[in-house]
Amino acid sequence: MSRLLRALGRLRAFLFRGRHDSELDAELATHIDLAVDEYVEHGMSLAEARRQAMIRFGGIQQAREQQREARGLMNLDILLQDIKYTLRTLGRDPGFTTVAVLILALAIGANIAVFSVVNTLMLRPLPFRNAQQLVWIAPPPTKCGMSCATYSTDAYDEFRVGSRSYQDVTGYFAFSSVDNLSLKLGSAPVTATSIDVIANFFQLLGVQPAMGRLFTADDARNGAPPVILLSDPWWRRQFNADPNIIGKAYDINGQQTTVIGVLPASFDFGAVFAPGTKVDAITPLNLYGPPRNWGNIITLIGRLKPGISLAQAVDEAARVAPSMCWNNKYPDSCGSYKGQVVPVSLKNYISGKLRQSLIVLWSAVGAILLIACVNLSNLLLARAAARSKEFAMRGALGASRARIVRQLLTESLVLSGAGAVFGLLLALTLVQWLAHQGAIALPLLSTLRIDGASLGWTVLIAVLSALFFGLVPGLRMASGNLHETLKDTSAGSGQSRKHERTRSILVVSEVALACMLLVGAGLLLRSFLHVLDVDLGFQPERAAAIKVDYDDNVPNDKTGDLTTQKRTTIFQQVLSSVGALPGVEAVGITDYLPLGQNRSWGTPFPRGVKVPDNLAGPLVYVVTSGYQRAMGTRVRGRDFTWADGPHNENVVMINESYARFLAAQTHWPNNDALGQIITSDPKGDPKNDLHIIGIVDDVHEENTDGEAGWQIYYPVTQAGPTGAELVVRTSLPPATLATSVMRTLRDLNPKQPLAEFRPIQSLVDHANSPRRFFMLLVAVFAGLGLLLAALGIYGVISYSVTRQTSEIGIRMALGASAGLVQRQVLVGTLRLAFIGVIIGAVASLATARLIASLLFATSPWDGATYIAMAITLIMIAALAGYVPARRASRISPLVALRAS
Amino acid sequence: MSPKLDLLQGTLDLMVLQTLAAMGSLHGYGIARRIEQVSGDEVLLNQGTIYASLVRLEQAGLISSAWGVSSNNRKAKFYSITRSGRRRLATEAHDWERLTGVMDRVLAMNKGEEPA
Repeated sequence: MSRLLRALGRLRAFLFRGRHDSELDAELATHIDLAVDEYVEHGMSLAEARRQAMIRFGGIQQAREQQREARGLMNLDILLQDIKYTLRTLGRDPGFTTVAVLILALAIGANIAVFSVVNTLMLRPLPFRNAQQLVWIAPPPTKCGMSCATYSTDAYDEFRVGSRSYQDVTGYFAFSSVDNLSLKLGSAPVTATSIDVIANFFQLLGVQPAMGRLFTADDARNGAPPVILLSDPWWRRQFNADPNIIGKAYDINGQQTTVIGVLPASFDFGAVFAPGTKVDAITPLNLYGPPRNWGNIITLIGRLKPGISLAQAVDEAARVAPSMCWNNKYPDSCGSYKGQVVPVSLKNYISGKLRQSLIVLWSAVGAILLIACVNLSNLLLARAAARSKEFAMRGALGASRARIVRQLLTESLVLSGAGAVFGLLLALTLVQWLAHQGAIALPLLSTLRIDGASLGWTVLIAVLSALFFGLVPGLRMASGNLHETLKDTSAGSGQSRKHERTRSILVVSEVALACMLLVGAGLLLRSFLHVLDVDLGFQPERAAAIKVDYDDNVPNDKTGDLTTQKRTTIFQQVLSSVGALPGVEAVGITDYLPLGQNRSWGTPFPRGVKVPDNLAGPLVYVVTSGYQRAMGTRVRGRDFTWADGPHNENVVMINESYARFLAAQTHWPNNDALGQIITSDPKGDPKNDLHIIGIVDDVHEENTDGEAGWQIYYPVTQAGPTGAELVVRTSLPPATLATSVMRTLRDLNPKQPLAEFRPIQSLVDHANSPRRFFMLLVAVFAGLGLLLAALGIYGVISYSVTRQTSEIGIRMALGASAGLVQRQVLVGTLRLAFIGVIIGAVASLATARLIASLLFATSPWDGATYIAMAITLIMIAALAGYVPARRASRISPLVALRAS
Repeated sequence: MSPKLDLLQGTLDLMVLQTLAAMGSLHGYGIARRIEQVSGDEVLLNQGTIYASLVRLEQAGLISSAWGVSSNNRKAKFYSITRSGRRRLATEAHDWERLTGVMDRVLAMNKGEEPA
């Protein structure tokens, strides 16, 4: 009880120490006065009485200190005192303070920003309730893209009913294309992108609407009135954040569609499931309508029951898979998913691939922080050397060593605290900027923010770095011999030699770290250049694509021929009108662009040859004549023509890889697939024969740095496309044609929405964006590391030149030439740099494994990179050493000798 | 004159409590003088050290203070013992007596062992 009272009293006394101090002073004054009164009463003179009173009292200041110590929080008092003192000394040296805080702000800021990225992508659970229960269910990765990562509606039903590990299973339609909505608001329709999801999608993820309601099973029934959920950004942008939007109906794709809800800002479909794409709205997927017969269209997401482990789910999926049918109408399609149903944690699916990149990135900023700390350590050491007299004096006046180290650590903490504050501001800007980089295809980027964990991390690294860079100079300082220090008037004594050794070691480690960073950045840069050099199979420059709206619907068209005819006419018109525009070199239409979405339709094979089990079929593109020329893809054989009609021979083009694979399965003259017949009809009906009329280049359809897969092209005149992307190759920059192309499309079809005219290059950039992102970040960090290392070298060399001024003066007086002095200083610099580079190179070689998986067509031991980086570092070191070397050579012996 | 005794840790607090218990309300100088007089100038007491003791006791709630006017018309801070101070004084005084008893016996034993 009384202990608690005392603690409170202490705290109160600390907070109101001003009032307590003045009260105590008054009390002490009274004490002396009372004593004097008594002595005077006994007949002493006033002066003598005063003297006696003081003697009996025994030191006013001591009594004051004792009382303060007894009543308040001494440690806090000392801390405040130290901080006040630190601010005063730092304020007296604004140059040092600015440089130190700047270095720390850069290093800490970079660390916070990267930590936020790592935290968002790797450490933090996904932004869903109990996210650890969520699993992604897909086959092991294959070449055939999305089609092989999806399941049919029948398979979904069977899996959902047949599995016991899940609270529920949901999924979404994987083949929605960009700008698939056309919203009629006022005169011109606007486009937007929506995703069809199974009705229980949000309930399973645990997402609550910000307004309105979620889908129910009724919304996904046959004949249900169309409904839509808006994303928060689209609701704000397109509907001015209308608070009364629920229940309003809009003309979307020609149907009155009711808005039933607005999703919360925290839910971003693109950020989680389709990095780098913007999804504006969500619509319900009717499992029991036409999608029944569309084949593999659904991606599966499950929520495990509490207590069920992933391994149990994997076992169960393997048991359920054989009873899943591609289509219940075809019993022989049952069991085709065997071995193709494997749950993985959703988080792992989303960000597992990035793990290695993130670790490298994290190590890179860690190295930056280390370099910054070493630099600071060096700066403080130089400062401490200059202040050694001050500390010796304080020691002589009775300050303990611990007290001095404590003071120095306070200084470090104040510096790193200031650095952390500015670093936090820097990181906030950076994170804000990154979160709005919608074009970078990294998952969850839009959910990036500085959260509690980031703040905690900030405090942690600020304190750790303060300890790191403050302790070395602190201990060095406090361990000095008082007597020696007070006598040590100038350069050349043992103490300063020891300092210089420490400083050299620090510089060498700094250079080594910078070397490792540079090598890493160099390797990533080289990989990136290699990726840019990859022959993608098409020419992205000077080509652009735009989504074309068309209506090929013909009522009561039993055979589909009329629809095909109508579509063909529309496409012919579009192509001839746009093709006639000045500046247009080639035009063509495809339903899917490379590096975007894709699908496959089984595996056409040479007649009479059995298709191997579990063979992933080629990706399917339905195109018009001229498409290959517009994309800049070479064709051997002939292109499609408008004459390849529904009743003519079926024609296809396939790519080189697929042609080679097919040729190896059978005996074709010259092993050439061109002109040969393939079929995907197991019964071998000649009506379904496909005549290969062209062999096209391998196109990178999924990524720029992987292997190209198999592709097959069908003509729009014979197969049904899922949409139309008009590709225009121009002789002028594509952007200049955007308006005239749009005008032409509008003239042909007033319903054509205002879709974006996207350069094909942007598709490539999008695919390369994660690699570019990591490469750029590491390169920036390497640049920063190089700069800090240069600063460090400059600091040490220039300091040692200053210390050796009189020595150099003597040598020059004895006949050393200016050139010799300069050379010696430079040699000293380069020696440090060489040692650093060698250590750094060896360390890089040792850690190359870490980065190997991120490289493309580049060895982690790539000699050219190592040599280039070593030369860069040595040159920078020479430059950093040249300035003080030049200063040394300018020393006038007379001035130097007089100065000492 | 034999050298003055150093005060044992904590004994000053006990002396202050006892002084206030015996004399009622007193200012710092009065407490210091009273202790000097009672001790017959045998303890080494820098009068200043009393203030650390006073603040300690006050924070623990064992004494209370109020500003008042001294007999010779000076403004001074007067301290008086609280009820919990009296309780504490009783236990501490008891402990002190036990300790001195033990010390007496220990020292007497030493003398007894000396050969006659």
